[in-house]
Amino acid sequence: MTLMKRWLLPEGVEEALPEEAEWLEAARRELIDMYRHWGYELVFPPFIEYLDSLLSGAGPDLDLQTFKITDQLSGRMLGVRPDITPQVARIDAHRLNRSEPTRLCYLGTVLRTRPTSLGGSRSPLQVGAEIYGHEGKASDVEILSLMLETLELCGIEDIHIDIGHSGIYRQVAKEFGIDQEDSDQLFEMLQRKAVPEIRDFVTELALNNEQRQLLVELALMNGDSEMLMDARRQFAFSERIVGYLDTLSSLAQITEERFPEVNVHFDLAELRGFHYETGIVFSAYTSGEGAEIARGGRYDGIGRDFGRDRAAVGFSTDLKTLQKLSSKHFGFQARKVWAPDWQEESLLAFIQERRRQGDIVIHSLDGDFEQSKAMGCTHYIVNRDGQWSVEELG
Amino acid sequence: MQDKLIIALSKGRIFKETLPFLKAAGIEPEDDPEHSRKLILDTNQEDVKLLVIRATDVPTYVEHGGADLGVAGKDVLMEHGGSGVYEPLDLRIARCRLMVAGQPDVDLEGSRRLRVATKFVNSARRYFADKGQQVEVIKLYGSMELAPLVGLADCIVDLVDTGGTLKANGLVPLEHICDISSRLIVNKASMKMKQARVRQLMNAMSAVVPRGD
Repeated sequence: MTLMKRWLLPEGVEEALPEEAEWLEAARRELIDMYRHWGYELVFPPFIEYLDSLLSGAGPDLDLQTFKITDQLSGRMLGVRPDITPQVARIDAHRLNRSEPTRLCYLGTVLRTRPTSLGGSRSPLQVGAEIYGHEGKASDVEILSLMLETLELCGIEDIHIDIGHSGIYRQVAKEFGIDQEDSDQLFEMLQRKAVPEIRDFVTELALNNEQRQLLVELALMNGDSEMLMDARRQFAFSERIVGYLDTLSSLAQITEERFPEVNVHFDLAELRGFHYETGIVFSAYTSGEGAEIARGGRYDGIGRDFGRDRAAVGFSTDLKTLQKLSSKHFGFQARKVWAPDWQEESLLAFIQERRRQGDIVIHSLDGDFEQSKAMGCTHYIVNRDGQWSVEELG
Repeated sequence: MQDKLIIALSKGRIFKETLPFLKAAGIEPEDDPEHSRKLILDTNQEDVKLLVIRATDVPTYVEHGGADLGVAGKDVLMEHGGSGVYEPLDLRIARCRLMVAGQPDVDLEGSRRLRVATKFVNSARRYFADKGQQVEVIKLYGSMELAPLVGLADCIVDLVDTGGTLKANGLVPLEHICDISSRLIVNKASMKMKQARVRQLMNAMSAVVPRGD
């Protein structure tokens, strides 16, 4: 690389300049405050840890996404976190070890070997919240609501929620007697809703025609509550699946009541992170963005590898993506005041007082008043008859 | 209000063979891409536009949401890889086969590492890996038939329609990798946010997919 290009950053790695940084910081404070008021405790997991623990519970999904280095002290592999969720699960299962439901939240930079979307970031600013130790609708509803509150607080409009249940496909595969390898292949095709491939694939499986047809149709089982009613008839043979569908419909109903402006949509074949999630899964979309902007779900048992099997449900999103899509101006409401470069006691005391009152006071270094406007000041400090006062810049 | 729909197509065979499907859904372009330099074509429906782009770019546009839907060959999708778009419908058009071809006397099973010239590097690598064979893949952008003739490669992986080009250059099809046809692909967010509209279009198109073999 020539000297000229030293300013280049790696692909998918970005920095926030003052204006963006102010948005991110203001949003971060409001979000963490909101989570605190909901009873979520903030944790700071480490940026780097042993690869084994970083990848446990999460399955192989994250392995390829993880930057790895050898620890010179222990000779073991370390990974830079590609996702904070397993770290927080470790904290709950091993470090806190509480018996009551635990609510945790986090915010931090993660690093991924490849961007998750085209031209996307490899270093998202991940923010999320988790509930451990409760299984059932109440915690599903709370996490979904908190995700929607998060999006709304960040100024995201026109939100669509897509809800699914990873138990449905798992149960179908089980009741139809599809083995693990076939089930994994079929899962991959379902992710792409590749109906033609699924149709070919199921003819090779030992199933009856009705079962084959159902697997083909599962790929396109997405839509509104009418679709759900239809699915209920098709899956009537399995009490368990009907139960899952009822869970979905009641979750959707509650969401629609609480967030009337949010569009709720179902997708029974949406199985993102299948190896990871065990129940309800949901993701958020907004117009103008071709990929999901937030996602969440239930992944009971993620703590098993850390010695403790606890129910878990959570969501996460990338604050930088939300900033890009936001219609909201976030920033600190304060006037910027220029102060002359004198070091007089009375001026210093006045500056201190102004700062305490909430003003931004820039104490000039060389007294060059001309710079005040370039620095973005709207006011200045001036001495009138021995009294310091703030006046508007002309 | 109806949602706006953007459909990405590639010029030539796919465009021509997709027209009857669009017509079945009540969509007819106002311009012919062969005679127009416009990249965004209007249609008889005000809220439906067609993008005319290179075939290999179709999945990229659709994955990114630059287009809601698109028509792309299975060869392009396999090469694009991943699960970034939905592929719900086989239109059974622009059909051909992805094949290994070479000179009639070439030894594909030999102990020497095979050199394979192709435009479809990912598909070729995957095919030979599934066979348990380590190969060197040489990326070319066109006229692959030349590579075995000048000793650049032992064989090629390419689309074969009638086999005319192979024959004219003294090559023969050796192994059949898979059948290729064009698929309707859908952006993931559009599938959810414009569900009714997309489903309506899919149903109309699926009704006119040719049956047979």
